[in-house]
Amino acid sequence: MSSATTVTESGAGEVPRRRLGWHVATLVEARRENATARTLVLDVPGWPGHLAGQHADVRLTAEDGYHAQRSYSIASAPDRERVELTVQMVDDGEVSPYLVDDFAPGAAIELRGPVGGWFVWRATSTEPVLLVGGGSGVVPLMAMIRTRRASGNRAPFRLLYSVRSPEDVLYAQELRPAHDGVDVTIAYTRRAAEGVSRPAGRLTAADLSSWGWPADFAPQVFVCGPTGFVEAMADALVALGHDAQRIKTERFGPTGG
Amino acid sequence: MSDTTTAYEDGNALAGPLSEIFAIDVTTADAQCAGCGSSGALARLQVFSHAPGFVARCPECASVVLRFVRAPDAGWLDVRGAVRLRIPLPTTTS
Repeated sequence: MSSATTVTESGAGEVPRRRLGWHVATLVEARRENATARTLVLDVPGWPGHLAGQHADVRLTAEDGYHAQRSYSIASAPDRERVELTVQMVDDGEVSPYLVDDFAPGAAIELRGPVGGWFVWRATSTEPVLLVGGGSGVVPLMAMIRTRRASGNRAPFRLLYSVRSPEDVLYAQELRPAHDGVDVTIAYTRRAAEGVSRPAGRLTAADLSSWGWPADFAPQVFVCGPTGFVEAMADALVALGHDAQRIKTERFGPTGG
Repeated sequence: MSDTTTAYEDGNALAGPLSEIFAIDVTTADAQCAGCGSSGALARLQVFSHAPGFVARCPECASVVLRFVRAPDAGWLDVRGAVRLRIPLPTTTS
């Protein structure tokens, strides 16, 4: 198993099969998404590309050699040298405050990946897709929407995005209600945007029924968010008749930061 | 991002750590739980990472399926909670 060998799976999507090392990733641009989240546009020479939904591990090393490592979802469509991560600030975090507030263009971090081959959407797929995101759980789902667009894929997509208030919405410019075959429904949990008829509150089975796909359509379903959110949504989807085997989930852990 | 000590994430979180050991992504591998016999992708396990390492439990019966600790000079991998792993591989022609 030479680390230099790359064997690719034939058929749908290429999965790089090789041992992953750490890449040097240099910040070329950063975009504020809201008060506590920032998208990092990284230049990563030697990046093997990725699939929509995969994540990357970030490693910071202090002057005394102390390492801190975190995993972040990739927000961008696959690209050979550029990788975009959207980082949500975690209060009292060890890594995210640096990445959100201090990491400056020209500076570098270490990046390992892409990692995770299960919570992925492949651009060769044509089935309807239901994306259900809570908070910054929308990040890997955004990568799926962007990959769909970049690849010219016409699979019908629906996104249900649960977020506290209009100020917390990530990718607000890109997530328009219905655009290019992607239906977007934003469910505000604390305070709704003006003109939105749905009262503020958590996503319910009724929302999934109204704004998602009927179970008969047998969509691929991707749910990402905090653990409680993911459990509630996955249970509600199964109760609505969706096949549990077609529901893929990704939970945020307690070790973010 | 959760405030309880019982909080967990899922097997997707094992992908990076286990990539140090395996040449392929094993989170897509299907594992059969030695506790209850149910099976599913490693990505679906409940992973507790606030221990000194990772403890992955069966989502059906909560038995420990896999443990992984990255020590400074070695990785310790305990999979006695799995009857077997089925690992997707490219089709061979021979």
